[in-house]
Amino acid sequence: MTSTSIRLGVDIGGTFTDVVLEAAGVAHSTKVLTTYAAPEDAIIDGMRQVCTKAGVEPAQISQIIHGTTLATNALIERRGAKTALITTEGFRDVIEMRTESRFEQYDLNLVLPEPLLARQMRYTVSERVNSLGEVMIDLDMGQVRAVAERIKTAGFESVAVGLIHSYLNPAHERMVRDVLADVVPDVAVSISSEVSPQMREYERFNTVVANAYIKPLMASYLGRLEARLAEEGVTCRIFLMHSGGGIISLENAADFPVRLVESGPAGGAVFAAHIAAKYGLDKVLSFDMGGTTAKICLIKDQTPKTSRVFEVARTYRFKKGSGMPISIPVIDMVEIGAGGGSLAHVDAMRQIRVGPESAGSEPGPACYGRGGDRPAVTDADLILGKLDPDNFAGGTIALHPVASKAALMARVGETLDMDAVEAAFGVAEVVDENMANAARVHAVENGEDLSEYTMIAFGGAAPLHAGRLCEKLGIARCLVPPGAGVGSAIGFLRAPFSFEANRSVYMKLSDFDADLIRSLLADLQAEATGFVRTCDATAPILSAFKVYMRYTGQGWEIPIDLTEAQAMAPDATTFEALFEAEYAKLFGRTVTGMDIEITVWSVNATTPPQPVQALAPYDIVGAANAQGERQVFDPASGAFVASQIIVRDQMETGQTAQGPAVIVEDETTIIVPASRDAIRAGDGCLDITVKGDAP
Amino acid sequence: MNPPTTVAYQVMWNRLISIVEEQAQALVRTAFSTSVREAGDLSAGVYDTHGRMLAQAVTGTPGHVNAMADAVSHFIRRIGRENMFEGDVYITNDPWEGTGHLHDVTMVTPSFHNGTLNGFFACTAHVVDVGGRGFGADAHSVYEEGIYLPIMKFAERGTVDETLVRIVRGNVREPDQLIGDIYALASCNEIGHRRLTDMMAEFALDDLDGIATFILENSRRATLERINALPKASADGEMTVDGFDTPITLKARVTVEQDRIVTDFTGTSGVDKKGINCPMVYTKAYACYALKVAIAPEIPNNAASLAPFVVTAPEGTIVNAVHPAPVALRHIVGHFVPDVVFDAFDKIVPGVVPAEGAGCLCNFQMSVRPTGATGRRAEVLTFNSGGSGARPEVDGLNATAFPSGVMTMPIEATEHAGPVIVWRKELRPGSGGAGKTRGGLGQYMDVSAMPGHEFDLQAMFDRGDHPARGRRGGLPGGATQIGQDDGTPMRVKGKQFVAEGRVVQMAFPGGAGYGDPAERDPMLVRRDLARGYISADDAAEVYGLSADDIAEVQATVARGEDV
Repeated sequence: MTSTSIRLGVDIGGTFTDVVLEAAGVAHSTKVLTTYAAPEDAIIDGMRQVCTKAGVEPAQISQIIHGTTLATNALIERRGAKTALITTEGFRDVIEMRTESRFEQYDLNLVLPEPLLARQMRYTVSERVNSLGEVMIDLDMGQVRAVAERIKTAGFESVAVGLIHSYLNPAHERMVRDVLADVVPDVAVSISSEVSPQMREYERFNTVVANAYIKPLMASYLGRLEARLAEEGVTCRIFLMHSGGGIISLENAADFPVRLVESGPAGGAVFAAHIAAKYGLDKVLSFDMGGTTAKICLIKDQTPKTSRVFEVARTYRFKKGSGMPISIPVIDMVEIGAGGGSLAHVDAMRQIRVGPESAGSEPGPACYGRGGDRPAVTDADLILGKLDPDNFAGGTIALHPVASKAALMARVGETLDMDAVEAAFGVAEVVDENMANAARVHAVENGEDLSEYTMIAFGGAAPLHAGRLCEKLGIARCLVPPGAGVGSAIGFLRAPFSFEANRSVYMKLSDFDADLIRSLLADLQAEATGFVRTCDATAPILSAFKVYMRYTGQGWEIPIDLTEAQAMAPDATTFEALFEAEYAKLFGRTVTGMDIEITVWSVNATTPPQPVQALAPYDIVGAANAQGERQVFDPASGAFVASQIIVRDQMETGQTAQGPAVIVEDETTIIVPASRDAIRAGDGCLDITVKGDAP
Repeated sequence: MNPPTTVAYQVMWNRLISIVEEQAQALVRTAFSTSVREAGDLSAGVYDTHGRMLAQAVTGTPGHVNAMADAVSHFIRRIGRENMFEGDVYITNDPWEGTGHLHDVTMVTPSFHNGTLNGFFACTAHVVDVGGRGFGADAHSVYEEGIYLPIMKFAERGTVDETLVRIVRGNVREPDQLIGDIYALASCNEIGHRRLTDMMAEFALDDLDGIATFILENSRRATLERINALPKASADGEMTVDGFDTPITLKARVTVEQDRIVTDFTGTSGVDKKGINCPMVYTKAYACYALKVAIAPEIPNNAASLAPFVVTAPEGTIVNAVHPAPVALRHIVGHFVPDVVFDAFDKIVPGVVPAEGAGCLCNFQMSVRPTGATGRRAEVLTFNSGGSGARPEVDGLNATAFPSGVMTMPIEATEHAGPVIVWRKELRPGSGGAGKTRGGLGQYMDVSAMPGHEFDLQAMFDRGDHPARGRRGGLPGGATQIGQDDGTPMRVKGKQFVAEGRVVQMAFPGGAGYGDPAERDPMLVRRDLARGYISADDAAEVYGLSADDIAEVQATVARGEDV
């Protein structure tokens, strides 16, 4: 992208649609309320606003990058198309039987989430492929035709095809698709061997069903959006952010809409990764905390960690297993029910619990004075002095400490014989501990030591809690970037064109077949590159190779990165050494005498990352002027401490704020704990470090 | 340093729970046996120096709950504190001092901090093979059920006992898997230990006494509040199930007293000749689970929250089998314990507990071998579930484990584990017992060996002659059925030969209904008909749906719409 290009990033979130326009290196942003009935309306509105701010016409925009929660919401709210599934005879109920387990062991009245498609929408055909990919029973074409006719009669709009072991041999799924194309040419068809060619039928079938379910809706929305933008004079191409942290063409997005799920949070991770690049940081923990949830992501070597499966639409207190698994390349994030609106209560063990239930924006935390009588995290933050009741959200919402105090006493303090401050301290500590635990577990699962990490905090509530979280996690440095309120939309503008192709093919190292590997990886590379090529006809395309390996007999694989040389001239000894090094790092020791196998192969094709200008060095120029001081509770010492108040906009590059301090701005408040100091860096980031550690 | 504040203790308790969950996750990710890695049949916990359990991961199986709580004190007694060193790891699969059968390997690691013993980490996992006759009910004593590892050191001061490893390897069918699992268990304790050490440093703790007291006192108080809110009363429950050759009757008397609930199994059938007997520790776990889930579901498991649940049974009953009774399939009786406890509890507090369900998991193991020169041998174990019993206000769960909480394995994973084919695994319409709320549906499963192989099917089913009974007018669930595709009948339990080319066809039981079917919401009857959970005949005859309504539902389905 040249510096003369004008680019627009649009993130449709649950409440707000964020729009950012970057022209000549300057960003202009706005937030407008999401318009559910016609989401494109909010985009047009936002686009006009930022175009006016920047003094450009829509026709001058050279690229639009869009991410949206619409796909996620359609799955959560069950607003998809009339969809049928065609599957192998004997396996009609895979998506309904799930794992045959209860995700909550101690609830006698547990109700499992309904599958996306009720049983009468699931058809079976006789056929069977075995675990070697061989056909054991031929596809019964007469049955396929009969099913296609029934689909026609019933008027289904979309069909998912998911057959057993199709990730090894997609022939039957393709034959079913051909028949459907013949009998019901207008019906959208998704086949599991294309959408998610991975072993484990429940995840794969659920993914292809989800794709089929939202396909007509997303295709129609994207078509409307394209038309509306054209009416506004937009002539450039429109691209979509996908869950893996890259961008794909509008056409590919319409074919594989399930890849758009969680694209907003993915943009946030890309945003953090870009800052990591600017600061030359190889180990970053991105921490995004909003009103209802907190999201945590590991960013290594300026690349967010990715995963192959995740869960959407959790129905039961964000509990693992209560949603539906989607197996697609995705930025690996932990999301927990911890936000400013998360509500606190005391349980039977007299333990304070916070979240996942949230006060939302109506009635909101008790301090909003809109009738909320239960204490939220924001109430605790207010009582602890972290928020100024008269200057919240740029002074647009007056906060009521009396209401916070009453709610905290009624729901926490009186039960535990604590005063309001101690109750608030307890609530804040519990929510911080919940987030710290989630981060620790995530780090351990990835074999990482967080004490070597730098945190990048964004989202409305993150800077209030980041300091304490760093103390708990032993993290020495935290960056709070400017523009954190529209971080995801900014992230879209930093993302490369990318597409990850992967496939399950089993190979033991004892049966290592270098030729097969070369051809498999070359196929995947061609597939992934093809998708990227549709976005950019000329840019160089880089390939990242990854294999998932385990000891034969284990059930869970670990990802192993390969260099291009290792991928193109594969040898078993190198693969073994790479695996054992990673395994030892994750689990402490290797297992001797066991065969090792490769289960999944993956190639991520991507355009080169945008060149990042390293941050220019700056000098520390002294302390920023304080606007006064207030008492802020310091959890490390368990007491209030006098903290200076500093206005972020008035801080100049190199100016410092010595903790304890509160740095205020319209979108959020940054708490600098007593243990730390902050410096305003050259790019507007606040660089918060342990006292004495300043760079 | 001041003693930690209440807020700090709250944070530490949270942390300990997080640590054991992490410990369990590490085990899932490193284990070799499908029972652990796919099904989640494992447990992990942290203990103080007295062997009192402070926190336990909530994983697939309540069966490990009390067993784990008791296990560590056995290790302390057998090993002796004076013989415990940093870097040690202990092991056992003793059914009576571990978790009920030889297939559960329990490992305990002492946690030292600054050279002092601070506590213990323990974990348990169900491994696929321990030698002997294989996983099944055919043994006549525990000696035939596999290799026995008394409580002993697996590693001392960091050095693994290679003699032990060689003996283990020489006695089991899948030595790599088992040794892999043992290492996985050891490393999951290690992860717990490291995280505990970090926590103690962060809070400047010298020992766990303070936090242990905080956890145990709060848990005890909360549990006693619940128990003392119940009516002080006593009631009897009774249930008969298939057993192996002769039916088994389980009897439980539940008595609510001040500060405790006593469950006594006097009158229950005696031990069986076959390996379906249950050591007391496992009976205790499921009796305790049944009562906890009914009255104190959110109180975490630890020494104090479990203590008020007293469980007794005469020695020699099938729920208190003593050495050397065969116990490999102790889960069958164990999984029925909640239904019989519920039968009694429902008479003390009506309207809380469900009708009877499938009860025991519908597990089977296939011992596959080649019929010719090519092919391979394999042991393939699968976990499957029937329907759960209808609840007072909501239907039972279709093909979902209760009281066990383990997961099934993906059939694609099962087929990679050995030369077998699963031809069918889907819901079994009509098997949910009718009622105001309906029992959960069971499932069908058809399996065979790959061409060129034959196998022994080790069946571990029940409810063939004794389907789940309804409550308050609800009807029974469908019974278990099993046979081969050529009509050869098979038994619900025991090792049975299946020739190459033959398919074993199984129908797993449904849960029972709750309340009079005539009172069922007609909308739910129509929904069930549309989904094919019930037949048109049942809709008409059992639930009284009119012919017009049935025709309308069928037309809606043909239009591809939901009702």
